[in-house]
Amino acid sequence: MISLNINQKDYQVDADPDMPLLWAIRDLAGLTGTKFGCGVAQCGACVVHLNGEAVRSCVTKVSRAAGQKIVTIEGLSQNNDHRLQIAWNEANVPQCGYCHSGQIMSAAVLLRENPNPTDEDIDMAMSGNICRCGTYLRIRKAIHLAAEMQRKESSSR
Amino acid sequence: MKHHPKTKTHFLPKRTAIIIVALLAAVGLMSFELTGKHDSGKIIVVKDSVGSVAAFRQVYKVLMSPRCMNCHPAGDIPLQGDDNHLHTMSPRRGPDGTGMYAMKCSNCHQPANTPGLHTPPGNPKWHLPPADMKMVFQGRTPHELAKQIMDPDRNGHKSMDQLIAHASDTLVTGAWHPGAGRTLPPMSYKAFKKAWITWLTKGAYAPPGK
Repeated sequence: MISLNINQKDYQVDADPDMPLLWAIRDLAGLTGTKFGCGVAQCGACVVHLNGEAVRSCVTKVSRAAGQKIVTIEGLSQNNDHRLQIAWNEANVPQCGYCHSGQIMSAAVLLRENPNPTDEDIDMAMSGNICRCGTYLRIRKAIHLAAEMQRKESSSR
Repeated sequence: MKHHPKTKTHFLPKRTAIIIVALLAAVGLMSFELTGKHDSGKIIVVKDSVGSVAAFRQVYKVLMSPRCMNCHPAGDIPLQGDDNHLHTMSPRRGPDGTGMYAMKCSNCHQPANTPGLHTPPGNPKWHLPPADMKMVFQGRTPHELAKQIMDPDRNGHKSMDQLIAHASDTLVTGAWHPGAGRTLPPMSYKAFKKAWITWLTKGAYAPPGK
């Protein structure tokens, strides 16, 4: 058995240490918000946070994640009210929606490390997340919106 | 009658002794070639500009191969493939060489190679040289690269000891285990390491030219 801490909850999973973390998250923990896209770290649909970093869970082995802090889209906020999730709704970003849990998890790392990103910063941070519907401009808009919310929250404290 | 105890003395036949001495000398020499050090642990530099330059020409072939140069790019985006194209997704070097934001190297590059054709190769410390010490290989002539490697202000502040040790760094040895679908450097690791140490211990001469 391998211990995984996902969204602050402990799971004991009966998994091969080489199993992709994505499999464990979806099939063993039952958290299906994280998506399978390419399986080879090329598209970003499977991005989750491992100790705060936006790893691609399709190529991250369970053994690397054991005992570490994993956060999936389900754990990003208590009530789907992370400022990025709110901004995504306000900007009506998704079309088919398949890639957006990965998009939001990547954007969350960007906003944590750069609260005031430029278009160039956003492009740099998000260039590993592919959206076949082509919602890139709305993604950029939503990130600016979320950054603005973040700045307002910070200044009102 | 006085008894003389027999003292048993074994002597190796002369020929055997010579062979043993020769073998020991050969092992010592091989060890020196692989480590650049004598038994005392001290690096011995015996200047030989011709031998040194010849060795660097071998070293240069490896350093300019995709397995080495792709992570020593002239710009801030790593390279990929045997044609040294810019890394898909355009990950950036970042201040410390480990990437930026959601695009850090270890987000995709795992501690070991990911199985499968053209999947991300792995190493626990996968990174580019840092922004303040880029250690560029791409576009460097043999002369420029040799000078750069021997300049502590441009080689990551490495001493001769550290340069020799660098040949055993797992990021270097990893070039010979690059994962499926990637070509190997143009010579064996053993031959590269021998050439590297030979170049350094014969005086680290730069090939002539610009």
